Amino acid sequence: MRNLSQATRPMPAPTASHSYTLPASLPLDSGEALEGVTIAYESYGELSADRDNVILVCHALTGDQYLASPHPVTGKPGWWERMVGPGKPIDTDRFHVICANVLGSCMGSTGPASLAPDGKPYAMRFPVITIRDMVRGLVALLDGLGIHQLHAVVGGSMGGMQALSLAANFPDRAARVLAIATTARHSAQNIAFHEVGRQAIMADPAWADGDYYAGDTRPVAGLSVARMAAHITYLSEAGLTEKFGRRLQDRPDGTAGAKSFGFDADFQVESYLRYQGSGFTRRFDANSYLYITRAMDYFDLAEEHGGKLGNAFSGTSARFCLVSFDSDWLYPTAESRHVVHALNASGAPVSFVELSAPFGHDSFLLDVPALDRVVKGFLE
Amino acid sequence: MNGATTQLRPDLAVIAEHIDAGTRVLDIGCGDGALMAVLRDSKQVDARGLEIDAAQVEQCVARGLSVVQGDADRDLADYPDGSFDYAILSQTLQTAERPDLMLDQLLRVGRQAFVSFPNFANWRMRRALLLHGRMPVTRHLPVSWYETQNIHHVTVTDFRELLSDKGVRADRSWFFSGGREIGSTGANWRAEYAVFQLSR
Repeated sequence: MRNLSQATRPMPAPTASHSYTLPASLPLDSGEALEGVTIAYESYGELSADRDNVILVCHALTGDQYLASPHPVTGKPGWWERMVGPGKPIDTDRFHVICANVLGSCMGSTGPASLAPDGKPYAMRFPVITIRDMVRGLVALLDGLGIHQLHAVVGGSMGGMQALSLAANFPDRAARVLAIATTARHSAQNIAFHEVGRQAIMADPAWADGDYYAGDTRPVAGLSVARMAAHITYLSEAGLTEKFGRRLQDRPDGTAGAKSFGFDADFQVESYLRYQGSGFTRRFDANSYLYITRAMDYFDLAEEHGGKLGNAFSGTSARFCLVSFDSDWLYPTAESRHVVHALNASGAPVSFVELSAPFGHDSFLLDVPALDRVVKGFLE
Repeated sequence: MNGATTQLRPDLAVIAEHIDAGTRVLDIGCGDGALMAVLRDSKQVDARGLEIDAAQVEQCVARGLSVVQGDADRDLADYPDGSFDYAILSQTLQTAERPDLMLDQLLRVGRQAFVSFPNFANWRMRRALLLHGRMPVTRHLPVSWYETQNIHHVTVTDFRELLSDKGVRADRSWFFSGGREIGSTGANWRAEYAVFQLSR
């Protein structure tokens, strides 16, 4: 993969606007515990005197706390700026919106790139974490900020898993739960795609059993292949066909759209994926990718509650809203319906809508006006 | 009847009037949630809805109502037995794949049910068919035969017979013509639509 293995510059250390170090150790599902956990977060909008106007937004696998402000590494706008801001569906004129980098990630919260108590990066010594562990970290942050009940917890994709996990495990902490394009368990297909990504990273010699932080090379080739494979699952076939079709790239020498009879990125879709892959390696740590995908694969909310998803929600008085997209084949509508069925069985007030959008799983991040209306309406 | 219920379509208003305060209600085919909103606001009812159309569900969510997008023919089976005091099916029975099975589902998930439906034996319909030999298009049923969602044409008499076959009790019934309630005399001729309150 010629084009992918060139960039080896170290990742700049991100500086979080806010960070909170947990006063106590964080117990994990694995039985281990983490000491001195730091949670980096951003917040938008004024906190009310009663601290009752807080919306916690949970980010997806490769997301971060830069929800509605420019990303410090890429300089790109916040990942949900179309949804969060003054007068937007998640209105920062009314709500105090918090978004924290999850445990295991690499944008200021404790993860495999962080220093262990011995002063060296954890790397693969970092304990395997779960979605519930990430939620424990978020709840510890809320405790530290003196916020007891959230107006709402909101998340798409892995963020939706955290929202559901928070409702199930900390039933009095959120009055509303909005889970978009998500699932209560990872399917065999979901796990399979993640395994491809992990194997790509681990097959990269620069991964070096995860111990690459001291050197000046990183497993960028492996990480970008992982991202390329995953990125396909975030789109839809119709979306890819519309955007790229079988169109060819212009060659570097200026030749318009001709086949190279070689293995350069002839097709525009190849070029796009390579760009997505290499761009990703500049802002994301390969070991974090291993740990977070593992956490998602372990996610099965029913399993945590005696095998019955209905039991997971028996203690909650929250209102729920689930949204799926008709073109999302990563977490298809059936997965949301499965959650809705369980919520109905436990008597929880739940709304559900399948929205029509052409963008596949990524629809939750993109221009879908119906989603804006549902989000705004549900949070009122 | 208070101010909120008078805003409703007459069949919905009569349903709203006869639902006890503080109960749990499932409105199947709840549309934009008008009935649910009235029940919530004037009777502190815990109302849930099932609606097939995404745009209508969106409107319901924006009103703060709990509505699930789904198909009553398929998704009612997902609700536990007796989970509601009332199940409401307004102007939807005649669109069901199997109205008889849907009636069973209504009285499974709800202890009682309200069902409203257009009466295809109304004299205007009979006249249209008799004099003109054509499937009727009326003010109450304005859609031609080829695009109507009404696939099971039912009359007041047919419905009563179904109830008796199934051992379902009609606790109350109301009949309407021209948007006004009429008496039960000659209802199968006179009524444009009917509302029944049912229990097992």
